Formats: sequence, structure tokens, C-alpha cells
Amino acid sequence: MIRKIKFESVKKILDPYTREHSAYKAVIDGTPKNVPICVGNREYDEIKRQVDAGELTIEDAD
Amino acid sequence: MSRARTFADLATASEAGNLSNRNMIHNGNFAVHQKTGTISVGTNTSENTLDRWEMDATATDQLAIEITQSDDVPTELGEGFSIKYQTKTVESATVASDEIVRLRHFVEANNCQRLGYGTSGTKTTTISFYVKSTIAGTFSFIIYADDGADIIGSTYTINSADTWERKTLTFVGNNLGTIANDTGIGVHLQWNIAAGSNFTGGDNSTWKAYAASLLASGHTQSTHMTVDESTFQLAGCQWEVGEVATPFENIDFADNLQKCQRYYQKSYNYATAPGTGTTVGELGNDGNGSSGNSTGQMIAYDTFYIEMRVTPTMTLYDIAGASGKVSTTKHGTNEYNGETGNLFRAGSKNYSIDRPATGNDANSIRWFFEASAEL
Repeated sequence: MIRKIKFESVKKILDPYTREHSAYKAVIDGTPKNVPICVGNREYDEIKRQVDAGELTIEDAD
Repeated sequence: MSRARTFADLATASEAGNLSNRNMIHNGNFAVHQKTGTISVGTNTSENTLDRWEMDATATDQLAIEITQSDDVPTELGEGFSIKYQTKTVESATVASDEIVRLRHFVEANNCQRLGYGTSGTKTTTISFYVKSTIAGTFSFIIYADDGADIIGSTYTINSADTWERKTLTFVGNNLGTIANDTGIGVHLQWNIAAGSNFTGGDNSTWKAYAASLLASGHTQSTHMTVDESTFQLAGCQWEVGEVATPFENIDFADNLQKCQRYYQKSYNYATAPGTGTTVGELGNDGNGSSGNSTGQMIAYDTFYIEMRVTPTMTLYDIAGASGKVSTTKHGTNEYNGETGNLFRAGSKNYSIDRPATGNDANSIRWFFEASAEL
């Protein structure tokens, strides 16, 4: 059963040392949350599902 | 329940290797509520409420719900808590076919191995709970095994409105599919409060492959969605291996809290709501001269109170209570709130945060957090 999460926006966060993509900043219900790149994390799994389904676009890091 | 019956049931539980930690539901007594206060649930959404309990309203259009921790409990449980659903805004029409409103609890897969699902040793289980509702009628409960997408359920009747009643439902073991021994969802336990016709028509009295019509088979009472201020409460929820419902297993509050912190934890004091402006219990690095004295980047490290299920989603707060922000200090004097804070290199035990180089001239970071690794 899909448990959909409504993302208002999702932006990449970079590792401050390597400048590689390390996490996401997702706004959910108006609250900015840090979502790790971790299979099994509910928000990450849902970001991946929505991106794969063409329902969500990820913004580049600042 | 007679003392003889109680001893007989406990003996049965003991023979099943189940005398302690037999309740597979975390926070079944609803004592732990780290988020504190009232949780509002809007239309067509899910919210985590009291620890380990999720409220879901699917496809609703106007329904507004509040979930609270209530001190109204059945006398059999003594002093304690229940979870209380209350309708605050009703749906404008009768329940639509695609609408379902439910309280859910997710059991982690590695805690489900005792069930033996998908093997010749699959176990019978029993769910017991107290329920109180302003509306009597026939309600439904289901078990959904996530890996195999298998489902079984049953109805139960609330005989009298506004009265605590204990319900017991027993389910044969699932021999359709196994549950992988991992940190994902093992099973969903779902108490349906209201359900549209898409979900009520099937027969889920035996384990079957999932179909929407099996989610609330036989459920006939769905007027909580259309009766303003109607309530539905649960207390003393226990799911255990065996054919009998043993007395509710009480555990220490500290043990209960620690089990819940595998899925959600916060750095605020227990009674303090996340997002409260405070310095009590703030986290921070030491602010020594070598840690930076410019507008440059600042890094800090911290450890979770217990290891979390997986790397969690984190919300950072500054000391003024603003989410997504951290506070900074210049040698303990100048204080700045509203600075950007980002998570990086996080794991299930430790994490790092970064205040990017665009912030104020400071040399220490101060913050609070919420961390969620809910199923």
C-alpha cells in the first residue's frame, strides 16, 4: 500500500567537505526537513518513488 | 476474568515462550507522546500522532481530525492513557466510496520473526483492545503483511456508545508469504473508523492477497466522518502470539519511551513541544576560538539517544523555535537565530550539521532537533 507524502519542495543538500549530494531539504506541511539518502527511510523512499513516477522534480542545491 | 482463567492464559503464553515482551505493539498503553499536545490531521493525509501510532485519512475532502492523549481509560487498566480521535470538521456529504479513515500501528519486520509467517510453523495471534466510541455499530480491524501483500481481518461490534468495551480477535497464521528479517515494515495493524464502499465489500476472514475491497470488509459504521465532535478511543492494545488474550502487559515508562525512540526522538525535554523557543537543553559545540571566527562554514556533531531504525529524517530548530534553522553565537555574546542548518553524513547513531558559509560571524552552533525513522 502506497503511503503518499505531500512534498511542497525538495532540494539537494551538498556535503560541505566533498560538495557531493548528501541529503535533501524537503518542505512538508510548511516545515523544512532534512531527508537522508537512505533506503528504508520513509521520506527518502517516497521522494524516490515520486521522482521515478514523474510526480516530483528535485531542485539543485544552493 | 477469573483468576483461574488468568493463570491458565498466562500458562499458555509461557508455553509459547511469550511470558514477557509478549505484546508486539509498542506504546499500546499510549503513555508516550513525545510530540505533546493535540495533533491535527487534515484532508487526504497521514500524521504520526502519539508515539508509534499513525492517523490516516485517505481521499477525504473536508474532514478535519484531532488526535489527543486522553486520561480517560477503562477502570480495568487503572490510571493511564488512551488515544482519542475526534471529528472537528465533517465531510459535507455521506462517505464516498474511496474514503477511508483509520488508526494504524506498524510492527517492524525483525520483530515479526516470531510469527513464522510463510512457514509450516506459522503462528496464530490474538489482538485485544479496549474501545470507546460516541457511535456504536460494526467496525473492522485488519492485519496486513507488507512483504507478501497479504491481508486478513475481522469485524467487531461496539455495543453501547460512550462505554469502554474490551474486544478480542484471533487470527490464524499467514502461510502465504514470509516476512524478511529486516528493518522495514512487517505488518500493519489497522483499526478502521470509517470506510467507503470500495473497501468494505470483500471477505477477509482468511488470509488473501491484498485487494482494496479487503481493507475494511464488513465495516458498516462510518458516521464518525459526518457527525461533528464524534470520538473514537483505544486503550490497552495488545497483539500477541497465541489463541488467548492475556492481561495487558504493563511495562516501565522508561522502557516504553526507549522502544519508541528507535522510531522518533527529540532533543527537547520530554514535556516540551518541538519548536518551543527555549535554551533549556540546547545542543551546541563549544565555541572555542579554533572552531571558526568568521562568516565561514561551521560544523557540529551529535549522537542520538539510542540507535534509530534507519537514518532518520531530521528537523532542526533554532533556540527561538524556528524550524529548519539553527542559532549561532560569537564567543558566547552575540547570538543569532534563523541561520541555515543542513544535515550531512548522518547515520542511525550519529549525525553532523553544517551552517553554510553565508551566515553571521560566529564561532558556535546551537540547536534542537526532531528525528523521525517511523515505518
